[in-house]
Amino acid sequence: MSTRLALGGRLVNKNKAVSFAFNGKNLRGYEGDTLASALLANDQMLVGRSFKYHRPRGVIASGAEEPNGLVNLGKGSTFEPNQRMTTTELFEGLSATSQNHWPSLEFDVGAINTHLSRFLPAGFYYKMFIHPRPFWKYVYEPIIRHSAGLGKAPTEQDSDTYEHFHAHFDVMIVGGGISGLAAAHSSAQTGARVLLVEQTADWGGRAVVDAPKIDGLTAQEWVNKTVQDLESMGNVTMRLRMQGSGVYDHGYVLAYERLSDHAPEMEGPRHRLWRIRAKQIVTATGAIERPLSFAGNDIPGVLLAAAVRDYAINFGVSVGDRTVVVTNNDDAYRTAIVLKNAGLDIPAIIDARTAPEGDLIDEARALGIRIEFGKAVAKVKGGKRVTGVEICTQAGEGAVLEEISCDCVAMSGGWSPVVHLWSHCGGKLNWDDVQAMFRPDPERAPTGADGLGFVTTAGVANGHLFTAEAVADGFAAGRAAAKAAGFKSKAGQAPLGECAHEGPISAVWLMPQGAKHALRSKAWLDFQNDVKVSDVQLAAQEGYESVEHAKRYTTIGMATDQGKLSNINGLAILSKALNADIPNVGTTTFRPPYTPISLSSITGVAKNELFQPIRKTPMSDWHAANGADFEPVGQWRRPYAYIRGTETVEDAVNREVVNTREKLGLLDASTLGKLVVKGPDAGKFLDMMYTNMMSNLAVGKCRYGLMCSENGFLSDDGVVARIDEDTWLCHTTTGGAERIHAWMEDWLQCEWWDWKVYVANVTEQWAQVAVVGPNARKVLEKIGGMDVSKETLPFMQWADGTLGGFDARVYRISFSGELSYEIAVPASQGAAFWELLLAAGQEFGVMPYGTEALHIMRAEKGFIMIGDETDGTVIPQDLNLQWALSKKKTDYLGKRAHERSHMADPNRWKLVGLETLDGSVIPDGSYAIADGTNANGQRNTQGRITSTYYSPTLKKGIAMGLVLHGPDRMGEEIEFNKVDGTTVRAKIVDPVFYDKEGAKNNV
Amino acid sequence: MSNAVSTLQGKVAAGEVTVREGGLRGMITFRGDLSNAKLKSVCKSLTGFGVPEMGKAASNGDKGVAWMSPDELLILVPHAETNAAIAAIEKAMKGQHFLAKNVSDARTHLTVQGLFSREVIAKLAPADLHPDSFKVGDFRRTRLGQIAAAFWMTDDETFEVICFRSVGQYAFDLLAASAKAGPVGHF
Repeated sequence: MSTRLALGGRLVNKNKAVSFAFNGKNLRGYEGDTLASALLANDQMLVGRSFKYHRPRGVIASGAEEPNGLVNLGKGSTFEPNQRMTTTELFEGLSATSQNHWPSLEFDVGAINTHLSRFLPAGFYYKMFIHPRPFWKYVYEPIIRHSAGLGKAPTEQDSDTYEHFHAHFDVMIVGGGISGLAAAHSSAQTGARVLLVEQTADWGGRAVVDAPKIDGLTAQEWVNKTVQDLESMGNVTMRLRMQGSGVYDHGYVLAYERLSDHAPEMEGPRHRLWRIRAKQIVTATGAIERPLSFAGNDIPGVLLAAAVRDYAINFGVSVGDRTVVVTNNDDAYRTAIVLKNAGLDIPAIIDARTAPEGDLIDEARALGIRIEFGKAVAKVKGGKRVTGVEICTQAGEGAVLEEISCDCVAMSGGWSPVVHLWSHCGGKLNWDDVQAMFRPDPERAPTGADGLGFVTTAGVANGHLFTAEAVADGFAAGRAAAKAAGFKSKAGQAPLGECAHEGPISAVWLMPQGAKHALRSKAWLDFQNDVKVSDVQLAAQEGYESVEHAKRYTTIGMATDQGKLSNINGLAILSKALNADIPNVGTTTFRPPYTPISLSSITGVAKNELFQPIRKTPMSDWHAANGADFEPVGQWRRPYAYIRGTETVEDAVNREVVNTREKLGLLDASTLGKLVVKGPDAGKFLDMMYTNMMSNLAVGKCRYGLMCSENGFLSDDGVVARIDEDTWLCHTTTGGAERIHAWMEDWLQCEWWDWKVYVANVTEQWAQVAVVGPNARKVLEKIGGMDVSKETLPFMQWADGTLGGFDARVYRISFSGELSYEIAVPASQGAAFWELLLAAGQEFGVMPYGTEALHIMRAEKGFIMIGDETDGTVIPQDLNLQWALSKKKTDYLGKRAHERSHMADPNRWKLVGLETLDGSVIPDGSYAIADGTNANGQRNTQGRITSTYYSPTLKKGIAMGLVLHGPDRMGEEIEFNKVDGTTVRAKIVDPVFYDKEGAKNNV
Repeated sequence: MSNAVSTLQGKVAAGEVTVREGGLRGMITFRGDLSNAKLKSVCKSLTGFGVPEMGKAASNGDKGVAWMSPDELLILVPHAETNAAIAAIEKAMKGQHFLAKNVSDARTHLTVQGLFSREVIAKLAPADLHPDSFKVGDFRRTRLGQIAAAFWMTDDETFEVICFRSVGQYAFDLLAASAKAGPVGHF
């Protein structure tokens, strides 16, 4: 059984017990435990079920690479699935439940899948669930959904807070082991601004467990001293519980800081996502031990050898009383020595190598431990717990020589450097045949804008597995990174490390090397996703030669651990099956983040009211207080209509239209874009931007203009006013202000950089109110200050003056067909001006109106709307706007594009008005149907609706649409499809439905 | 001018770091050739400061000037004096190619004051805010969260922030939430 040892546990505080719950059972651990070590101390070896076969799963590792120990953590608003118990620090009241089992962890119906595994081979989903087609939706998918899946989805909104933090450094070092500490020390001594991050709660990494000597000190003493030195330096930032998660272009690094996961009672954000710019990055990310592939290597109680000694040394926990060590390298002997010295039984060390030699082997032998060379594990015995191992020769096919009873197997297949962060941005790897590992190629580092490397790798992560080299390499990497960041000062003396001499590893990818199918089909590569040696071999046999294809076909490395344990073993098996060298098969792509990070950390503070900015006009508060039903227009919220009493939105819209047409309406038009264009070349510039002429507009006058992209498509429209000799004010659509401003600057900065034109976006300087309706002039005359008569201020002119005591610019323009003034006042006075108009307008029947009334009134007049009549494929000619395309100008943006054959095609659909025969409203987006079907068997079409409304003025449905040869077919009836599958007949008419002669405005 | 009110009318979120809407400020977008002698002289006479270098600003009370781009300055004057200042620019620059526009009301002005105000800004802006890199006299046009913004420091604990008026509430809430979340302990 697994239990707490009397001695050991450098990280736990045995004076402070912590109570927690697992699957509702109350258990106790110590402060400093991880959830994994605390469960092991309570003999909870079975922690979950695998994804596909629901096999019993126990913890296999002790760190971020753990594939099995995943739990649902917390409850309610702090619930989170798939939390790794090896990286979950224990806290008082922690509550976890195991995942992926039904009905219980101990008894799982889905485990029957393991007996069906012969029928669930690699690529099973692709092969089986194709036919018959309807079976996927009604049979296969529901069954698979029930049996697959890891943690549960949360049911409540997360109650914690999160944030981002931006920071800039000269050198960032990822990994707080001895190499990272040495790198930090050497780079900091040059005066560089340094950040050192470590994903766990403690400095020192593996060295403090394996206890080599550095500079004559124990590893722990050296780590303490170095940390103290670094803390005393003003130019070093050190952060624990912070993972370097991803490296991106230009030295951008995302780091994930877990602030209160270990102490949920703490105030403040739970996670902080650091968005870092570093001139140079050092990845001192260490290495991950590889499992060995033998039958039954997934049975709870089989762990990585280093994890077994981590639990003993760091947490004072023994995984078993009798541990068989199985290895192909010297490092695993450390586990045997540690356990033996702790008074535990080591029945045997099974070493696949035939005649290895080294200090650790000698030490183990001196302790009286039985060592078997050239041997292998044929099979692990047990179900929910290891009960023994069968031993065979590594060279054979698995004939059992003897069975050794044990309750723990500590395996080591060698070490793989953590090359993830090196690789994220393009760092390349070499295969090291001697050490049987991929390691970074320093000659092919990720490169920055200058073509030079911006990532340096250090220590164990660089393939230097032994202390002396690792610590020296870390020091050198730190110095090199600081130098590359521009810091030339001396970095002092490199530390000297010493540790036991180890003999060479022997690559062992399958145990025994000639294992038969029965054994191979129980030798796990990917523990979470249930991928076995036999699955990868089958994929190769079926032609999946690319490692990326084999990965997706078998799902190896696709679990939440992203193949940290399985990838190298899997591709070694694949290369063997393909009869290719490992480096020729290559690795799959390393993508950030290194381990899953919380989605909320990515969201940061951007949730609820801060989810995205909402733009408000000076009158927005009034709208909100007066029944406004808002609609989004870009990032603005504009009143769609103002609801009164019990009326519906539709009632309100109709009331607003009728009131504006008959009396007086007010519209908040502040959101419309206002761009000032000024300079000696401004007229020439605007003649290029607009399709019609703007240079000859007289001062004091207004002109409606169209803008096209250089491809000829209609992009924006609006009224342009000539302010003075070299100044124009261009109105844009609400959503177009920033876009058109950028568009103008683009042309001025990149193409016509020598033209003397300045543009300024003054949209928000002004609050703008449209005063619309037959009583519009009356209310302005009442508040007084300016002559707004037809004679002094005719249609399409503007004037500056004072209205009701407000500095105002009054434009006589109309988007409704009514007598209409748009009045701009400084934004700070907008709310007061709006209130003044409402008060003064009472006797004239004033009502504010929203965007829907605006839309209906413009449609009644046949005015187009950018975004309704246009969609990026429509040109002015489609909308019968040829009159706005200047023939006098030699050029304007879009002119040449309009001459292309497709643009000049007479068969382009053109704008017409449409009226249903029965007065109903045609559905939005409806198509005009034509005879016959196309090549896809779909009904042919001859037009589509662009705008459709109920007109309260005309008391019937009106619409505009683009129809084949439309303007030539006035009076013809065509059919439009409806949502219910039927059609509605409509007559093609003039798009101007209301006041064709313009009498209403001509007053 | 009793009708004129600032975006949030002086709203305050008090705490260890206090976020305060700073009321109406006179601001002028002034574009032109920054090496032009007349431009330099009118800048000095209006603000008391010469044309700042790239990334710099100078201010004293309501008056100041900030470098916005190679051909643009932001002139700060008391709100009520904005139009007079523009008239002065127009007079001084007569015959030159320039643009001077009142953008006072297009902006929201906020102050962020307190011990870790630097970190409150760094939570939201990608600029380098290390005390060695950003000091009194520096100015950044950058972003806060999802909006465009600019800021400078008036002393070691005080940031002046400007953004567009329409997103003033968002900016205030964003800064207040970041202040409330506490220090990072980095700077």
